[in-house]
Amino acid sequence: MKLSLGPIQYFWDRKRVTEFYARVSEAPVAIVYLGETVCSKRRALRLPDWLEIAERLTAAGKEVVLSTLTLVEAESEVSYMRGIVENGRYPVEANDMAAVGMLEDAAPKSAPGGFVVGPHINVYNGRALELMARAGARRWVMPVELDRDTLVALQAQRPAGMETEVFVFGRLPLAFSARCFTARAHNLAKDVCEFRCGDYPDGLPLRTPEGQPFLNLNGIQVQSGETYNLINEIASLRALKVDVLRLAPQAQGMFEIIDTFRRVLDGGLDTAAAAERLAPNQPAGPCDGYWHGAPGMYRVHLE
Amino acid sequence: MPLASRERLELVCPAGSMPALKAAVDNGADAVYLGFRDGTNARNFPGLNFDLDEARQAVGYAHQRGVRAFLAINTYPRPSQWDKWCRAVDQAAALGVDALILADPGLMDYCARTHPGLRLHLSVQGSATNREAIDFYVRHFGVQRVVLPRVLSLTQVKNVMERVNAEVEVFGFGSLCVMVEGRCTLSSYATGESPNSSGVCSPARAVKWEESAAGRRSRLNGVLIDVYAPEEPAGYPTLCKGRFEVAGHVYYAMEEPTSLNALDILPDLYRAGVAAIKVEGRQRSPAYVAQVTRTLRAAIDACAANPANFAPHPQWVEQLDNVAEGRCHTLGAYHRPWQ
Repeated sequence: MKLSLGPIQYFWDRKRVTEFYARVSEAPVAIVYLGETVCSKRRALRLPDWLEIAERLTAAGKEVVLSTLTLVEAESEVSYMRGIVENGRYPVEANDMAAVGMLEDAAPKSAPGGFVVGPHINVYNGRALELMARAGARRWVMPVELDRDTLVALQAQRPAGMETEVFVFGRLPLAFSARCFTARAHNLAKDVCEFRCGDYPDGLPLRTPEGQPFLNLNGIQVQSGETYNLINEIASLRALKVDVLRLAPQAQGMFEIIDTFRRVLDGGLDTAAAAERLAPNQPAGPCDGYWHGAPGMYRVHLE
Repeated sequence: MPLASRERLELVCPAGSMPALKAAVDNGADAVYLGFRDGTNARNFPGLNFDLDEARQAVGYAHQRGVRAFLAINTYPRPSQWDKWCRAVDQAAALGVDALILADPGLMDYCARTHPGLRLHLSVQGSATNREAIDFYVRHFGVQRVVLPRVLSLTQVKNVMERVNAEVEVFGFGSLCVMVEGRCTLSSYATGESPNSSGVCSPARAVKWEESAAGRRSRLNGVLIDVYAPEEPAGYPTLCKGRFEVAGHVYYAMEEPTSLNALDILPDLYRAGVAAIKVEGRQRSPAYVAQVTRTLRAAIDACAANPANFAPHPQWVEQLDNVAEGRCHTLGAYHRPWQ
């Protein structure tokens, strides 16, 4: 199984992003997803900057995929997305049906080999997956709320040549809104947000009034408070012939996390030891409920 | 696709039960929407909705009075549920509904191929917020109407309207979804059940009320959603409308308990050529449906008669606030500063 690094969901400044990917080029991940998927106001890097990073990662032997925005509302967002779709060199991850439609249309102009159906496209059944294959997809990322039993059935129905990727580590992207929750936390409207999300490189924790870590605010996105962690399910993912395991970038401990997963995949580390190594990089603790068909926040197979 | 000016702006009202359906039809709805009594629809609440016989009677009642009946099959079936969802589509086709409201692209593919004559509406759960996304559904399945998620500003709604090759339906009144519909799994994160998977958000079976010295507390599967002071009215603990702690402050971190009310911008929607105004609330009582339908009927008629001089009647606003979540209202994302 290959390891992938999902798109950075937080608003990191240019220097942080550049340094991060310089280290990624040396890290044991095979696939790197690049680009802004949460908020179009974040413009620390524009498409030419991402393409420059893509170039360096490709030179380091990585497969690079350009990811598109999830909630697409404005014409300007559509035109930016069109630039990504028609980049001509790198495959694209679609996170909105607009991107799927564009990629289908632009098949002759876009990079060869097909596109990736991102985790925010609702593929819940074989017929939907088949539709994506007909539109030109060659890999799909399972929506995060889906469980193992559903994946078993979908793997049995997957179209020829379609690769499967599963989100296995990171705060779960749970929701997107027109409203910016980080700006709201600072009594600001989105139009005058002052880019406050830039102050929270791992998001802004939300707790219940009893102090239970619950969610994580990241601009217009709401994430899980706990860190989704399927380290205990590697054998099962392998048996299901999953092709790619996705790790979501976070500011804290990312390279140790990558290294831990790689060593488990290579048989150099057992899962108990790996879980222990991952623990310090899950500030609100781990969860794995979705995989087991339980509430996402549950710890079913952990601890 | 803006409607031609001679066509009527349609009022689409919720029918969670036969009495609610009659309330909508008798109080001036142009169309009603309903669902089967199972997980195939996004208001899968205990005691609501229609079995096949009831659905037949409901469609008959509406049709006899010149009102259109839409049926929503707007959850996303997993492989183990696939056959049941397809059967629901077949049954709806046999009932002679005027349109099916679908969200799942797989199910749309099935429907378009199996029942090519059946009119398709893209549910708000389909999560299409821009022209290119809507085009995908129009091109592949011949979708004739799209219900827009409650995340667009009025300007964005107008932009979409001018460019799409389908009718546009927007929400005019009811509970406010803060997140883009069809891509929110907050509810399943806490309870295991989400609108996409189970047709419910913050399900009633997971709600617990507790009395404490600090006041009444509401929990959702154990997660503390809100604490109400002794005199404070307590609302339903919808997850995104709870009070939480962020950076040392406890407040409505995502949204207050409030309802969407688009009366203030009705003339803009009308002039832009919106095909239909939708009322949320299949889980609400027949009295709610009757009140909201009557009020919006009056408002839409007044707007159509004289859009330039339309202003919401204070009595309408009061009538709607009386049945609104939190007894207050907002324009939501239609109004840019809300965002």
